[in-house]
Amino acid sequence: MISFKSISLALAISTMAFTGAMAAEEGHGATPPRQEWTFGGFFGKYDRAQLQRGFKVYREVCQACHSLNLLRFGNLHDAGGPQFSEAQVKALAAEYQIKDFNDKGEAIERPGRASDRFPKLFVNADAAAAVHGVAPPDLSVIAKARSYSRGFPLFLLDMVPGFAYQEHGVDYIVALLNGYTKKGEDHWNEFFPGHQIAMPKPLSDGQVEYPDNAPKTVQQYSHDVAAFLMWAAEPKLEERKKTGFNALIFLAIFAGLLYFTKKKIWKDAH
Amino acid sequence: MSGPSTYVPKSALGRWFESRLPIAGLIHGSFIAYPTPRNLNYWWTFGGILSFMLVAQIVTGIVLTMHYTPHVDLAFASVESIMRDVNWGWFLRYAHSNGASMFFVAVYIHMFRGVYYGSYKAPREVLWILGVIIYLLMMATGFLGYTLPWGQMSFWGATVITNFFTAIPLVGDAITTWLWGGYSVGNPTLNRFFALHYLLPFMIAGVVVLHVWALHVVGQNNPDGIEIKNVNRDAVAFTPYATIKDSFALVCFLILYAWFVFQVPNYLGHADNYIEANPLSTPAHIVPEWYYLPFYAILRAIPSKLGGVIAMFGSIAILAFLPWLDTSRVRSGKYRPMFKIFFWAFVLCCLGLGYLGSMPAEGGYVIAARLLTTYYFGFFIIILPLLGIFETPKPVPASIADAVLARNGGAAAQPAE
Repeated sequence: MISFKSISLALAISTMAFTGAMAAEEGHGATPPRQEWTFGGFFGKYDRAQLQRGFKVYREVCQACHSLNLLRFGNLHDAGGPQFSEAQVKALAAEYQIKDFNDKGEAIERPGRASDRFPKLFVNADAAAAVHGVAPPDLSVIAKARSYSRGFPLFLLDMVPGFAYQEHGVDYIVALLNGYTKKGEDHWNEFFPGHQIAMPKPLSDGQVEYPDNAPKTVQQYSHDVAAFLMWAAEPKLEERKKTGFNALIFLAIFAGLLYFTKKKIWKDAH
Repeated sequence: MSGPSTYVPKSALGRWFESRLPIAGLIHGSFIAYPTPRNLNYWWTFGGILSFMLVAQIVTGIVLTMHYTPHVDLAFASVESIMRDVNWGWFLRYAHSNGASMFFVAVYIHMFRGVYYGSYKAPREVLWILGVIIYLLMMATGFLGYTLPWGQMSFWGATVITNFFTAIPLVGDAITTWLWGGYSVGNPTLNRFFALHYLLPFMIAGVVVLHVWALHVVGQNNPDGIEIKNVNRDAVAFTPYATIKDSFALVCFLILYAWFVFQVPNYLGHADNYIEANPLSTPAHIVPEWYYLPFYAILRAIPSKLGGVIAMFGSIAILAFLPWLDTSRVRSGKYRPMFKIFFWAFVLCCLGLGYLGSMPAEGGYVIAARLLTTYYFGFFIIILPLLGIFETPKPVPASIADAVLARNGGAAAQPAE
């Protein structure tokens, strides 16, 4: 049967053709170790408790320097996210002061609402750089904006069903947060390209209180905050994977039906 | 091939309309009664797949346009807002960005198929050249689209590509300034790129109409490279035979497409493009989208800027001369034992160039890129012209029906209708 041979060949060729841009990235830092994530794989879902803990780490540690501009407080209540209750989100938003204008057009600051975005920490990058030396990046999409190269041929495997690997960014974040491995050198990081990082070691054991029994260690904090940042970057991940599962099932059945219809129609023509 | 339509509408209203504008007859003649060679294999389904991808890109693109803001300060955030706040926005954007990649996967298969089976040979030269024009327009459209999210790779990719024009002697700088609408890639550049990115797909659609028209004048090539001699023995009607086969292949292709959109949507992109464009910070490596990588490798293989740009554009332009570079009397690679070897070496050469395009231009990578660039051009300029003279082709069957018969071990081929 020529048909299946040709189609599988076509797929193989197209697969080979993807000399993805990822191969181009050069890892000057050490290769981040691979972590286990609940949101990886075909049926991946975020762990709500982990996202809630991760948000706590962000709020109590990262937020001192890093903004989260693209998110609204209300997103914390959205399906597929940390799913804080509406009342929790409302109370949380009210703790922030938001710049606005009153009815007379005068500049004011008012308590935040669920529909407000997380405020900017500085008016612009120059102002941030003036305080921190280097402007700390906004963290809204950082989990997708960081990656590392797995090199040829492993990067080809990253797209293959069953082996698909999409979590380069979060693995890098975990590695980075645990990468301050030289005693006494606060700006040396094993995983940062060039090893000299502007951000001093941000986390230490016991720094953030957890409402549940999760260990209060840098390991745990880094995992939780990385998961939270993955959600911040990809808030529709659960919806996407669920829709994708349905779409693939539908297409597979449809393809099967078409195959037998085709066979029947072509029976006399071969 | 198609000839004047014999289509007669069944209803009186249909006949009234048909005698004034015979559009139903045109459709009937092109997509229903049109005789297609009975020996086509699945490599011939990619034309239909490409038509689908063009429509898919235009539809998702138009909806994305409704939510996108082409301004340097707002573009990045507007794309992110599509991902977060627009209903099904994440799907539209991932379908569009991965759709571009799928479009190129399909077009590369379609082109390699054309080369292998000699689909560019007389009388299909114009058909082939129209295809090369479509491909060129696709590359321009893809490049323009990649700048729109205004990430780091968008900005620096646009900077690198537009800088090609500075290589033109004397007027290069003036032309580049004119293209940019300023002295560097900036807001005017983004605005015009957006306008052109919206325009070019419709130009592609126009050339696709010519491409299909030309196809229906000269008829389809086929794996045996023999023309249809007896319509009843050699051909089957487009509908239902080709329609059902194309549909099956399309849905198989959609499975691949869906896998990328839903499961690994960022695999084919670059992480740096999730960092907003910053003219003051150059990424460590600027790489184009994967489908340009072979040409990027050719560009960087040549040690002079102008030479590299000429080689890169030349590597695409040379495709248009293929009908005259290939001197073989036999059309299909199936009956050309030596051509087959050089062809597959050429495919590997293109994949190799793609890999090298993604690597830094230094040391062994440059040497390898130079060797492969030599083979790339050698294939067209030396191998193809000489093969026609020195190669002894295998005997070609007398007709398509004979070829099908031989393959089915002597079973009698039934007339299609």
